[in-house]
Amino acid sequence: MATTDFRVIGTRPIRHDGTDKVTGRAKYGGDTAAADLLYAKILRSPHAHARIVSIDTSKAAAHPGVKGVITGMDLPELGPGTIEVGETPSVNAMQMSTNVMARTKVLYKGHAVAAVVATSVHIAEEALAAIEVQYEVLPHVMDVRESMKDEAPLLLDGQTTTSLGKDTGKKSNIATHTVFEIGDTSKGFAEADLVVENEFTTSPTHQGYIEPQSAMVFWNSDDEITIWTSNQGPFGVRTNTALLLNVPLSSIKVIPLEIGGGFGGKIPVYLEPVAALLSKMSGHPVKMTLTRTEVLEATGPTPGSYMKAKIGVKNDGTIVAGEAYLAFAAGAFPGSAVGAGAMCMFTPYDVENLHIDAYDVLVNKPKVSAYRAPGAPQAAYAVESVIDEICGKLGMDRIEFRMKNAAKQGTRQVTGVPLGSVGNVEMLEAVKNSDHYNAPLGGPNRGRGVASGFWFNAGMQSSATLQVNPDGTVAQVTGSVDIGGTRVATAMQAAEVLGLEAHDVKPVVADTNSIGYTAVTGGSRTAFATGWATYQAANDIVKQMKERAAKLWETDASDVEFDEGTFTRASNSEQEFTFKGLAARLMETGGPVVGKATVTPPGVGAGFGHHIVDVEVDPETGKVDVVRYTAFQDVGKAIHPSYVEGQIQGGAVQGIGWALNEEYYYNDSGVMANSSFLDYRMPTSLDLPMIDTVLIEVPNPGHPYGARGVGEVPLVPGLAALGNAVTNAIGTRMNQLPMKPGKILSALGEIDN
Amino acid sequence: MAMVFIPPTMRDATNGDEKVSVHAANIGQLIRELDQVYPGMADRLCEDGRIRGEIAVAVDGEITEIGMFATVEENSEVHFLPAISGGSGT
Repeated sequence: MATTDFRVIGTRPIRHDGTDKVTGRAKYGGDTAAADLLYAKILRSPHAHARIVSIDTSKAAAHPGVKGVITGMDLPELGPGTIEVGETPSVNAMQMSTNVMARTKVLYKGHAVAAVVATSVHIAEEALAAIEVQYEVLPHVMDVRESMKDEAPLLLDGQTTTSLGKDTGKKSNIATHTVFEIGDTSKGFAEADLVVENEFTTSPTHQGYIEPQSAMVFWNSDDEITIWTSNQGPFGVRTNTALLLNVPLSSIKVIPLEIGGGFGGKIPVYLEPVAALLSKMSGHPVKMTLTRTEVLEATGPTPGSYMKAKIGVKNDGTIVAGEAYLAFAAGAFPGSAVGAGAMCMFTPYDVENLHIDAYDVLVNKPKVSAYRAPGAPQAAYAVESVIDEICGKLGMDRIEFRMKNAAKQGTRQVTGVPLGSVGNVEMLEAVKNSDHYNAPLGGPNRGRGVASGFWFNAGMQSSATLQVNPDGTVAQVTGSVDIGGTRVATAMQAAEVLGLEAHDVKPVVADTNSIGYTAVTGGSRTAFATGWATYQAANDIVKQMKERAAKLWETDASDVEFDEGTFTRASNSEQEFTFKGLAARLMETGGPVVGKATVTPPGVGAGFGHHIVDVEVDPETGKVDVVRYTAFQDVGKAIHPSYVEGQIQGGAVQGIGWALNEEYYYNDSGVMANSSFLDYRMPTSLDLPMIDTVLIEVPNPGHPYGARGVGEVPLVPGLAALGNAVTNAIGTRMNQLPMKPGKILSALGEIDN
Repeated sequence: MAMVFIPPTMRDATNGDEKVSVHAANIGQLIRELDQVYPGMADRLCEDGRIRGEIAVAVDGEITEIGMFATVEENSEVHFLPAISGGSGT
């Protein structure tokens, strides 16, 4: 595959939506408005775990300005178990509904119990205060290991453990126990000269998107429902809202808005079904926007974890066996990403003998949702920390060790599935030869850490249509919400085919009635899969326009060639049309030309990243400063390098926050004590050095331009790289995240913590 | 014949067998063949005629999105593994 002769791919045009976004003209969830608009607010549980004895909404309903009140009992009662919903994988609808609004029991502080719609937000808030809820407070359990004990208070009455794929029938907060295994770890560890084992914990962290969830819904008198929302997947909103309201899928149209970050946390529905019911009740459009406290307390963070990792090596550094135990806290309902974490954690290495036990465990915290490479950052933290310890004990260079054991094409993962074409080795070579890796630390109390990370990336379904305008530009319609520059990245792929400039292709993100099904913007799939769709739709246009040129030249389409924007008659090279010239003659040759494609592309290229970080630890305060950071990643082919770099920088920064500061801090009552951005400490630009990026381009043979997904990998290595750096600086292994100042001082023996 | 790798979670249904050779042109046929050899495997893998939502199928290293209709070649490797989820389901 040629990687250097692209005309558009690999360049850095300004994104089509850039001006609107920097000038404030772009319409986000909070910018929606409608005539006769009403506003809704949600009443939330003050308790971490309680039975709802009664709810009296009569005073709230009578409050002046209130147009409706609902409780969880107003949502349709859905059957137990998972159901197939057609467009997306089967889901447990009743659990989804109960997370949107509790029916008989609240399972975490902030769990929704009722909602009010009124003529203003303030009136709705006043009415919430008039709702009388009687609770029977129950014991709560917040720690994943405590929750796994037989005597732990049970969250869900019917929850039993599925172990090794079979329901044990045993009531427990352990939802699933899954085992991954290849080879024979007993044999492998017996061959080891050195075995290192350690245990690790991480706290829940939030995706921290800057825009809170916001939606506006209108249920009209014809029972047609229109939803305006800033969600990562408009089709998923349509499916899940239809499911929860028990209405036909076709009665719902979802209009996607601009989205102020998602990172996986804006895939579930929280507001849309509630606003829809209140709209039906009131006959008005209804708008809901969460506060930051609601976002933190009631929308999915990432799972906290307890992990053990054990690795055996020969004296020459060859890894001969690995074991891990992962217990992830899923929150109030099953579904942590512990399986994904398990499947990623050893993948940077070629190891014959692996065994992993993975537990998905309920606790009285909000139900987790996806967060960039869900499950992988925590799990990588465990493995990469143990590898760091091994390298120290063996006296081996940390990159040489990784190169010696590096996974490559054909290496079997813990699932037994062999890797396809990947750039892990090339990336490690770039790390080894980099200025950062070879530079001195440059000061006292400093440490350097390195770590690798892996994520599968995803394909799934995408659709695109392209229509040729008479002026030779092309209108592009997709269903992929643009979070990280995917309008331009997909338009560039169409432009490359058509011989146009990126700005000759005009991308639009359409509603669910205006484009074929398109899966969520997530899984690092959009530039890959929706890019595939625009590529195929562009080729469809080329085929049709060849037929138009043939008509004008009174020849056969096989006599027409197309190269870099010019149609040429093969049998007479003096006859040619530019793309724009031919576009002007479409009406006289048969009318508009529309290209279309719907794809489920194979060939997803998995991704590896490696981070180097230098930190400086203040021994008096325990504060950690990040002084230098370089992120390396095999990106396949960077369609738009600026946005690839931006993805990597953003992921690295989220890893820094997760490693050093961010955590859900709960008091003894199970109440989050830091539910604001003042107290939930995310990094700001003032906390950070420049995040340097190095793009390694090992083309993915499964994509026409070699692209791999890039959005999730950069969060994977950071936790471990930071942990290893701080350990290197202070001389004590840091095996709890976040490494906040108190933990550092404790490790230094300065305080008891 | 395609080689099917049985995950640890399902080896109780295969008497501990880790690999099985199966004649099949697609995943649907392959599962029916497996069920002939190991009765009950179809129920472990499928629900209502489709691959269970919590299970993914990889053919020759690629997770397939089309489940029962994915083509299996004469020398294909087939793996059943947990579907990737990040909490978006519920």
